[in-house]
Amino acid sequence: MSEINLISLQAKLPKFIPLGRSGLLPALHATQKVYGWLPQEVVAEIAKALKVPLADVHGVIEFYSLFYNEPVGRKIIRVCTDQACALKGADGILRHLCSHHGLEAGQTTPDLSLTIEASPCLGLCEQAPAALVDDKTETNIDLETGAYNLGRPQSIVAGSLRLLTANCGEGTTSLGKYGKYTAFLKALEMTPDSVVAEIKASGLVGRGGAAFPTGVKWEGAAKADGDQKYVVCNADESEPGTFKDRVLLLDDPNRLIEGMLIAGYAIGSDKGFIYLRGEYPYILPVLEEALAEARMAGLLGKNILNSGFSFDIEVRLGAGAYICGEETALFESIEGKRGFPRVKPPFPTTNGLFDKPTVINNVETFFNVPFIIEKGAAEYRKIGTEKSPGSKLFCVSGDVAQPGVYEVPFGITLRELLKMAGGVVRNDIPQFHNSTEDVVRNGIPQDPALAGYHPAPQLQAVLFGGAAGAFATSAHLDVRLTFEDLRAAGLPLGSGVVMVFNETRDLRDALKRLGKFFAHESCGKCYPCQMGTQRQMEILDRVARGETLPDDALRLQDVGWTMTDASLCGLGQTAASAVLSAMKLWPELFVEGQRSKVG
Amino acid sequence: MSVAFFMDGKQISVEEGKTLLEAARENGIDIPTICFHEATTSNALCRICVVEVEGQRLLQPACIVKAATNLKVQTRSERVVRARKTILEMLASTMDLSDAPEILTMMDEYGADASRFPDAQRRESEVKDDNPMFIRDYSKCLLCWRCAQVCADDAQYAFAINFNGRGFETQIGTFFERTIPETTCVLCGQCVGVCPTGALKPKREFLLEQGLTPDQISVLGTGRKKRKA
Repeated sequence: MSEINLISLQAKLPKFIPLGRSGLLPALHATQKVYGWLPQEVVAEIAKALKVPLADVHGVIEFYSLFYNEPVGRKIIRVCTDQACALKGADGILRHLCSHHGLEAGQTTPDLSLTIEASPCLGLCEQAPAALVDDKTETNIDLETGAYNLGRPQSIVAGSLRLLTANCGEGTTSLGKYGKYTAFLKALEMTPDSVVAEIKASGLVGRGGAAFPTGVKWEGAAKADGDQKYVVCNADESEPGTFKDRVLLLDDPNRLIEGMLIAGYAIGSDKGFIYLRGEYPYILPVLEEALAEARMAGLLGKNILNSGFSFDIEVRLGAGAYICGEETALFESIEGKRGFPRVKPPFPTTNGLFDKPTVINNVETFFNVPFIIEKGAAEYRKIGTEKSPGSKLFCVSGDVAQPGVYEVPFGITLRELLKMAGGVVRNDIPQFHNSTEDVVRNGIPQDPALAGYHPAPQLQAVLFGGAAGAFATSAHLDVRLTFEDLRAAGLPLGSGVVMVFNETRDLRDALKRLGKFFAHESCGKCYPCQMGTQRQMEILDRVARGETLPDDALRLQDVGWTMTDASLCGLGQTAASAVLSAMKLWPELFVEGQRSKVG
Repeated sequence: MSVAFFMDGKQISVEEGKTLLEAARENGIDIPTICFHEATTSNALCRICVVEVEGQRLLQPACIVKAATNLKVQTRSERVVRARKTILEMLASTMDLSDAPEILTMMDEYGADASRFPDAQRRESEVKDDNPMFIRDYSKCLLCWRCAQVCADDAQYAFAINFNGRGFETQIGTFFERTIPETTCVLCGQCVGVCPTGALKPKREFLLEQGLTPDQISVLGTGRKKRKA
């Protein structure tokens, strides 16, 4: 091993020392920027400086996919091979790239110039296939021509409402353009209790997947004992098929800051954290700049606008671990630990970040807050349905004509949403024949005498809610997209994923990728998920290869229900959700010796 | 203060603050455990002790859930048995249980089939024999965390071991795979004492199993030294 120069490290470390162990992930990120990886001597220095046991620091590095304890390429290409990208030929791109450089996925060139990796979902599904090259995205990669869009990913925003996405679609909205934080100013005129009451009255529920009433959460943290409380934004968006938060954060960071300020005021907190997923490094400078701008304008910091209320926000970057989207694992990560979820109860409202009362909400949830405070709960409730008020962002991807973020009021049907997105498409037939009516009626035959006639593409399935969601079929097209209707239909809203598969798709391939995803992302803490995700992946691999063994369906059921019923956290509890739904819908896929129904 | 509740239909009463596991044991009801140890913090990770609690959507770990008035608990419902049996079958397909007689007994009791998962990847690992006191055979490790816990703030504050990898690939490890003498290990032996599966074993016991005689072991200069007469 070549000599490691520790001098460049010594300049980087001091600012993390006051953070103690909590400074571990930031220190490792900063160090890896300097050295490209994390050599032992360097890690030992970090451990000493932050007073963290050596073994623990190593355990942390080992946990996160984006930390390397051996040399990697100066350039790292991460090709997304998850569901949405796979539909657009991601495997071919990875194969081509690897053979071009004489590497296999996961390998580094001998001269350390390049590493190529297959990546779980990068949150660029509407611009699939996509890759992350160091800190930059490459989207809409064309395998034939090699062309791609480099740099900031596009924000494709559509739908019938522009409440949450009012400032999205045209680059980052500056503070000047966003305007005064009028909702926050209004909140300052209210008592914290009445702010909480307004949020409760609005009926807002969390948009991260668990659909917990936001006002109840805030009330719990407000009432909890403790002189230090925290507001945390969960921006660890990594549910496969989800990309809404990426758009919100990039285009309208001030709405998030304002939402968090209101939460801070409501619960009596002076400190917020935004935990940004490690695969979104290009959002970090946007957030940092927006925070700096807000500080300059006196909207963050001590005694804001002479109100006596102080609040500031720090951004923390994750390092490649889906589990850190689980709220307690996220806290552990901010605290500088492996992202192991905690046993609940106690809940975050009393024992959250650093064991203090904490409100943790998803990006989209915070985006609802300024509107509710500014216009009032009654006005907010005019949107959506009685039990699901407000608007909802759906991440539409896969085989549709116009993938993107769709903002719609709760209550439209899946059919209407798919129609907005231009309907189902197939890669192998011209798109102009895929009129939306065809989709909506699910394939009304066109006149075969027409030149270039193709039967309209059919909807085979929708992966609903994400990898942790469930499959829907054309039988679900008239389900209204509300919490209550979806629950009744057995479809989890999750993070708003609507990933469409046309009739030519081999769903066994989708299932195989689901299996791989959860096996890769299980933290390994509780047995059902640690071993169950592995066994599930092995069986789904067999199914995809057409080598299903007798009783594999029973094994999948037992593993699936054991994970669902006995796992410690939400990851394990939902790691079999989509698979079990597929087994119910298409039992023939899991029969021994059965080839794919679409061949 | 005591709380009265129902376990398997039987009304029982225990002191407030006791866990369901403690309550069961006090009343002669068997709830199996693997990761649980009285001397370590309960992390509820093996999930073998899960029980069905009326009103709860998911199974609950008896090692941490507290008894509460009028709770209705089923310790052997169909769901409970399916979870326990499947966890045991997955364990058997993953690791070497030959030194874990309690778990083997449990497998018999639940009718768990050790060959339930064909072509399953196992966690295999070379025996690490790098210090005079104990060996580490992670093919036998079921990740109960007890060793890492007693090495850290549950007992010794030595912080010599932590985890490598994650998910199925998790393994107990040291800083950059250093040997035990190169770590902060103080050879207190507590990790060996709490290991339920023989993954950690006194060196002497290991050598005896390898067929060495006590005299040969003394010559090797490892293990416990014989006291002079």
